[in-house]
Amino acid sequence: MSKLLIEGVSRTFAGVRGGEPVKALMPIDLAVAANDFITILGPSGCGKSTLLRIVAGLEAPSEGRVLLDGKAVTRPGPDRGMVFQSYTLFPWLTVAENIAFGLRERGMPEEERDGIVASYVDLVGLKGFENHWPKQLSGGMQQRTAIARALANDPEILLLDEPFGALDNQTRGLMQELLLGIWERRKKTVLFVTHDIEEAIFMASRVIVMTARPGRIKSDVAIDLPHPRHYTLKTSPEFSALKARLTEDIRVEAMRTVQV
Amino acid sequence: MRPLQPVSPGIRTVLGISFFVLFVAFWAWITLGGHVNRIFLADPLSMLRDGWRLLVEDRFWLDILITIWRVFGGFLLASVVAVPIGIAMGAWKPVEAFLEPFVSFARYLPASAFIPLLILWAGIGELEKLLVIFVGSVFQIILIIAVKVGSTRRDLVEAAYTLGSTNNGIVKRVIMPANAPEIAETLRLVLGWAWTYVIVAELIGSSSGIGYMIINSQSRLATGQIIFGIIVIGLIGLLSDFAFKAFNRWLFPWSLA
Repeated sequence: MSKLLIEGVSRTFAGVRGGEPVKALMPIDLAVAANDFITILGPSGCGKSTLLRIVAGLEAPSEGRVLLDGKAVTRPGPDRGMVFQSYTLFPWLTVAENIAFGLRERGMPEEERDGIVASYVDLVGLKGFENHWPKQLSGGMQQRTAIARALANDPEILLLDEPFGALDNQTRGLMQELLLGIWERRKKTVLFVTHDIEEAIFMASRVIVMTARPGRIKSDVAIDLPHPRHYTLKTSPEFSALKARLTEDIRVEAMRTVQV
Repeated sequence: MRPLQPVSPGIRTVLGISFFVLFVAFWAWITLGGHVNRIFLADPLSMLRDGWRLLVEDRFWLDILITIWRVFGGFLLASVVAVPIGIAMGAWKPVEAFLEPFVSFARYLPASAFIPLLILWAGIGELEKLLVIFVGSVFQIILIIAVKVGSTRRDLVEAAYTLGSTNNGIVKRVIMPANAPEIAETLRLVLGWAWTYVIVAELIGSSSGIGYMIINSQSRLATGQIIFGIIVIGLIGLLSDFAFKAFNRWLFPWSLA
């Protein structure tokens, strides 16, 4: 049985001032197996973030439904951890307190929280920064904390909305390896939205390519590159072949967006 | 001078002080030089002499203390009422829809115009003074806080929901801490306004306080005392503002860093 089931989910935004309603997402069907790492690749404005937000329960679909472990999603909840593109650490909490946030909301006693927090601080390589405020951290460190915060809650699925989109290229590459390393060791069902082709291939066991708005699934590509993956993989012929193929797919869509 | 070019701290201090010097020098020149009638404007030296006499002989420091107590009493009263209402309005839109039109209207009611009514209701005692400040500040605080809370970063709220927060958890552990520095900053601002209201309240139907001393000096043409009183208000305002700022910085280290 699939871990996550997206059934005929579409989204239409009401027209502004009596204008035509805007179709952001055509009905989408997608089944995600447990412990799969899925990247959703598409040009900007294709509705991929909207799809992720619907899975998170932050937005309601106009039609269709989302099932996680057979249960319909109606609202956001701790079983679907999310990392946003914008820096969403709580600025009034330290790194450790941010990571502990979900556990605290659950009512877990402090002694129990401390152990879990320490292990996730370690996992994302932030030892020594536990008591820093988010403002004192670089963008990459903030996103590492955000990943740790989402993972500490032990969600059924991890949703990432262009989490490295605001980072510089070098940091982005390191973050990809870090997240992939965590996934290779801990196994988790992941839905990762990006517009970066290389990132989509490098991270994924399966890439879903979306069309320009209104978004549909254009292609569904299995990535059978071996694990553990190393950054040198990005220059291998297999990787280049995949990249060429997806670049072609995305280019057609991007051109459609530009021409509109 | 290049626009927007910063100035060194040393020069900044010198420039800042030099305006005070110029101002006092001009004041001394027109008064001591006999360019204005002494009856209407005292010179700086007699102002200091009058002030010293006020403090030593007329126990003016008691008036200062009573004015400070009124400002902080009225301000505290207004804060205790206004902060929770402002947060509630910002967080829950039905509460806002219910209260916002009235509060917006009440904000424009001048506190000083309420003084005759408040005297009828509460007499000319301390309660009346506190109420003037209360009426003058409470609606302002409510509205500013409601707007600040209403513009809480949505992505922080969404992040908290995906971490399992309940609706109450969002208000208590996201909306309130996220806006705490802004709320404290708003209170600091309004405390400055409270100083204006207290003097107005003391000018009418009062027998103590800095404002009372000022109106009392007017009938005796003691302009030196009036100016001294005004300067005292300015200094206390400056000091309390400084203390408030330092307190906020200590309370919310995360908002600076």
